Amino acid sequence: MASRIDVSIEHRGPEPEPTENHPNTCPSCNSHYRDEELDAALWVCPHCGHHFPVRARRRVEQIADRGTFEEKDTELRSADPLGFFDLRAYTERIAEAEVATGLGDALIAGAAMIERRPCELAVMDFAFMGGSMGSAVGEKFVRACERAVDRNVPLVCVTASGGARMQEGILSLMQLPKTVAAVDRLREAPVAFVSVMTHPTTAGVLASFASLGDVIVAEPGALLAFTGPRVVQQTTREKLPEDFGLAESNARFGHVDAIVPRPELRPYLGRLLALFS
Amino acid sequence: MTAEGTEGAVEQLRLRARLARLRELPLLRGVGVSGEMARLQHQIDRIAEEPSADDVWQAVELARHQDRPYTLDYVERIFDDFIELHGDRSFADDAALVTGIGRFAGQTVALVGHQKGRDIRERTHRNFGMTYPEGYRKAMRVMELADRHGFPVFTLVDTPGAYPGVVAEQHGQGGWIARSQLLMLRLGIPTVSCIIGEGGSGGAVAIAVADRVLMQENSIYSVISPEGCAAILWRDAGEAKKAAAAFKPDAAHCLELGVIDGVVPEPPGGAHEQPDEAARLLGEALGIALNEVKGMDPTARRRERSEKFRRMGIFLE
Repeated sequence: MASRIDVSIEHRGPEPEPTENHPNTCPSCNSHYRDEELDAALWVCPHCGHHFPVRARRRVEQIADRGTFEEKDTELRSADPLGFFDLRAYTERIAEAEVATGLGDALIAGAAMIERRPCELAVMDFAFMGGSMGSAVGEKFVRACERAVDRNVPLVCVTASGGARMQEGILSLMQLPKTVAAVDRLREAPVAFVSVMTHPTTAGVLASFASLGDVIVAEPGALLAFTGPRVVQQTTREKLPEDFGLAESNARFGHVDAIVPRPELRPYLGRLLALFS
Repeated sequence: MTAEGTEGAVEQLRLRARLARLRELPLLRGVGVSGEMARLQHQIDRIAEEPSADDVWQAVELARHQDRPYTLDYVERIFDDFIELHGDRSFADDAALVTGIGRFAGQTVALVGHQKGRDIRERTHRNFGMTYPEGYRKAMRVMELADRHGFPVFTLVDTPGAYPGVVAEQHGQGGWIARSQLLMLRLGIPTVSCIIGEGGSGGAVAIAVADRVLMQENSIYSVISPEGCAAILWRDAGEAKKAAAAFKPDAAHCLELGVIDGVVPEPPGGAHEQPDEAARLLGEALGIALNEVKGMDPTARRRERSEKFRRMGIFLE
């Protein structure tokens, strides 16, 4: 054994650049699909069941009855209250996200029908600055709650967010109590609130309205954690369990009511709304 | 008008708005009560000026100063009698957060506050003031107790953030932070919070959804630590000072943004220089804030508290 000296470290070349996977390639089994194939499968890998991320408008198409979604507050936009500038200006990042996503901010909301039941539907989009919650997202969520109370219909909210938006500083932290106060008014009405957590729902969004649903539903494999695995690992040097923070772990510890695969989500929501009506 | 002229006018408007808000400041009135007009003037001058990057960073350093008074240092100076209450009634007593009831200005008040440790042994025991979900559950049980008995609640916030660990996640860190905020919005009794050091993100706001939220002069209140922000946006934790200057966690900026209701003055050089004096000023401020909200009917108080947070945020439409 001693005759073999491991020199592989010295001989190893530079680390290869991490290759960016094509968005239509399954990160879990490497199968590749055309857009229409994934659309037909609701962006769930037909081979291994991996749930691809779903953009907000596509999500609305998946769960709302065709043609029933009436978007509100379409003109509401983020301001730049701090004049925030890191390596680039916040205003520039917003403009770029708007162009790239075709959205006004990281959440769209409006009236909809799900399986012929009326509701308010709010959906987040991770592609817009990591689904981060600043003043615009907070305000749009609160207004969706207020419309739900006014119309006496349930609120369904689909989250996908990295947390509060750093570029708005303390004002983004204040969106936590602001959205929680809106949920409080839903409870007082009472109007049902179904929270659908999708990958990823973390930090400020998990620590506010998303965790306060009357019923909390998660998509398979979604990361639902206050602190993500990388930061936990770096800060604590703890050994992380394999399913750290995933929907399945959250279900085991009692933090979500059900893990619902995407093809079953719409009928599941329909049944829930019927029971709450 | 030339571009320069416009900028000048905007700057003047900003300054005027800032001064208008300063005149309404309840706590500056509070300092007036103490008869310390010189300090009041100094305070106004300081806040009226746009804090520089150095000013902001100085607040960050003072907020984390190793000798800065912690919750229990204030409790022993502000309360006439205090009995600490322990445990979340489920399975733990989180030492990173202390709760209890005590006598303040002749009435019984419940207290909830983060507690960092002074030496390395205590710091480990207190987990550096980083709370597990058990800590928020303990806070919630004591706030409910206070609500039942009509005791006002004071909360003192001083945490780098909620603990980012595996077990904390498994016990539902995010969910308990959310539920603690929800409970605070539902309390009928008067509530006053003060950030006395670090107001770190969700772990701080979990116990700071109060009728009146104050900050000590050299405390910080932020969505993320300067180092965390720098690591993400600058890709270098060493740029913490730049990050702090950009996201403005100091008291003057939080006041200007409408996030807090008043600034509590500290002795020259920071609270750690004269803990007794810092405690006197804090006690006085808590008393003034409490008196402002004490007379209200519980339903009106709840509604006003909820509407205050409803209004927070700045956006375009």
